[in-house]
Amino acid sequence: MSSAATIPPLTATVTVAVPVEHAFRVFTDSFGSWWPSEYHIGQADMAAAVLEPRAGGRWYEQGVDGSECDWGRVLAWEPPRRLLVTWQINGRWQYDPDPAHASEIEVCFTADGPGQTVVELEHRLLDRLVDGQALRDGITGGGGWSSLLELFAKAAVDQG
Amino acid sequence: MDTYEDAGLGLLGDPTRRAIFELLARRPSSVGELARQLPISRPAVSQHLRVLRDGGLVVSRAEGTRRVYRLNPDGVTALRAYLDRIWDQALTAFQKAAEATPVDPEQEDR
Repeated sequence: MSSAATIPPLTATVTVAVPVEHAFRVFTDSFGSWWPSEYHIGQADMAAAVLEPRAGGRWYEQGVDGSECDWGRVLAWEPPRRLLVTWQINGRWQYDPDPAHASEIEVCFTADGPGQTVVELEHRLLDRLVDGQALRDGITGGGGWSSLLELFAKAAVDQG
Repeated sequence: MDTYEDAGLGLLGDPTRRAIFELLARRPSSVGELARQLPISRPAVSQHLRVLRDGGLVVSRAEGTRRVYRLNPDGVTALRAYLDRIWDQALTAFQKAAEATPVDPEQEDR
């Protein structure tokens, strides 16, 4: 069964007590300052996470050893209201450059009064990740999402 | 499609089930192995595993004399559940950062 769009998108919302421009700026310019550093894909520990501020920009991590690992691309850059990026991390926890395997993350910033902003995130097109050949191979070989989850879990535990 | 309903996310709202889920994410385990790492009895572990299995997050397989539990490898639900937690943590971290940094350059005390 490989019917499209069977996996519902994930959504998450947070309200922050800052103006919308500020919320957008911290989310993007200062992405590396708040992204939980345990969630990274490189062999090396993560030194920085970077979101390039333009459509077509890269979204990537830098390791403490200077290595870089892509996560995705910026598809839409519309400060201060909207950001659309791809998430192209496959089941082997590697960047998959094939746009056909790119899931999308849309982040919308909506002013709720002068000093408050609602930030809504949607991670969608998860089917594309699952349809990735690398992931299929991974599942067949007993790796796949389990490996990814193992890495996540290990990282989460190491942190704690 | 209701194959992938949101039940999986709700199942991890329980801290013990979440702990079991994360242990299984690291390593397929038997009930006994899980119980050794958790402050609950084997029957309690079994009960949580049954709920996780019914929810599609976990599958089990007989290996010799023991039954081994692992995250559902076809586990779109498991993947969603995990990504959902990541976003939850990330947005919480973002909220702290946004509210901890000065709102306007001209309002900074420098």
